[in-house]
Amino acid sequence: MSEQGNAHSRTGIELQNVDLFYGQFQALKNINLSVAQGEKVVICGSSGSGKSTLIRSVIGLEHHSSGSIFINGERMCTDPKVMAHVRRDVGMVFQQFNLFPHLTIAENCMLALLRVKKISKEDARARAMTYLERVHIPDQADKYPSQLSGGQQQRAAIARALCMQPQYLLFDEPTSALDPEMVNEVLDVMVEMANDGITMICVTHEMGFAREVADRMVFMDRGQILEIGDSEEFFTAPKHERTKNFLDTILSH
Amino acid sequence: MDLSILSFGASGWGDEMLVGAGMTFAVAISSYALALLIGVVFAACKLSPIAPLRWFGNFYTTVFRGVPELLIIYLVFFGGEMLLRSVAEGIFGYDGYISLPLFVTGMLCIGLGAGAFCTEVIRGAVLAVPKGQHEASEVLGLSSWEKAYFVIFPQALRIALPGLANVWQVTLKETALISVIGLVEVMRAAKIASGATHQPFTFYMYAAVLFLVITSVTNKGFVRAERWSNKGMER
Repeated sequence: MSEQGNAHSRTGIELQNVDLFYGQFQALKNINLSVAQGEKVVICGSSGSGKSTLIRSVIGLEHHSSGSIFINGERMCTDPKVMAHVRRDVGMVFQQFNLFPHLTIAENCMLALLRVKKISKEDARARAMTYLERVHIPDQADKYPSQLSGGQQQRAAIARALCMQPQYLLFDEPTSALDPEMVNEVLDVMVEMANDGITMICVTHEMGFAREVADRMVFMDRGQILEIGDSEEFFTAPKHERTKNFLDTILSH
Repeated sequence: MDLSILSFGASGWGDEMLVGAGMTFAVAISSYALALLIGVVFAACKLSPIAPLRWFGNFYTTVFRGVPELLIIYLVFFGGEMLLRSVAEGIFGYDGYISLPLFVTGMLCIGLGAGAFCTEVIRGAVLAVPKGQHEASEVLGLSSWEKAYFVIFPQALRIALPGLANVWQVTLKETALISVIGLVEVMRAAKIASGATHQPFTFYMYAAVLFLVITSVTNKGFVRAERWSNKGMER
């Protein structure tokens, strides 16, 4: 217990008593969650339960009202310097991909390498190609996002995030905007990344993927974490009634 | 109708009209350049998180979109003259006649008016860039300047181009108002020529043709610019 309280582990992501309000509405209620390096955590829950808000607050796209969020021991706040540090270590993949439409896929991957990492153009291009190969679309490098399918776009967005070589990668419903036949190509890439050992926090409704990849499952409801558990246990013997209901509805087909 | 009055040289007014058209184009293009500069700066003001900058931006667009262009011209012309004269007298002790060059006055008036419209076009275009583009840039660690320059501005420019092309056409036509302060652009040239020849219809018609030539040629430029900015965006 002495480790907790004010102290926190030097690596990993740790949320302590995090509350987040939008005006009167409380989107996150007393969230406590720690994710160790190398761990894969999947967050599920019905829409509006605060899953996205939770991971967005880790990377400073939302600002928590109270409590603390530590990334590798650094306390997240609105100070641009701190946010820059955090964003060096944490990457994010969005539901809507958010590729830059006016840049080619390679340029999308290279922009932050050139501006933030300040590496040379040749090295940036080489690194972009490395990660585009990792997501199996090196042949799309010089096309614009609009020329790619949804699945390819999301893989390009994953490559863009990987280019920054983050320790942690957050996924915000990465397959929810995709046509069904493209979901698997994205999930396959994510499984490969998980096997490579990157730390992942993933908000998703893909329970098959969760079962395959997650070390731990988090179930959220109305802004609270109702259940955290080992993934095998979570799926076979959920403790909470609401978790059972949720799994029943989502796995009923 | 005897068209020899449109010929070049001493007997015709063709050269005067063409020089007038050149002046119209020169005033229009320099006003437009000023308007674009104003547009970028004031759009940034109006979108700024800093409240006084927003107030300043709002004040500017409210005044210059709300006051007729002709009134702006009179106010800048006479106000500028008064200001210059009091400065010249107060500081340099000079009390002779002094005024702003007509070209500069014209450019300022038209540019300030068009700038207010550019501000709104650019502001709207920046707001039309999806929020996800901001978030993706921020998450990658781009600074707010880098985000604006490399991600938001190129996309906003694409959205703004049709609106900016519109402002260009309006700017070009509004230069006709400058004739009231005596700058010899195409309208003024037409007036002088029709006064001398008693053939107003011929010269105003010719002026209309000259305006149409300028607008249709420059329009081609905007069409090309739009095509260029749409790269990667085919729908």
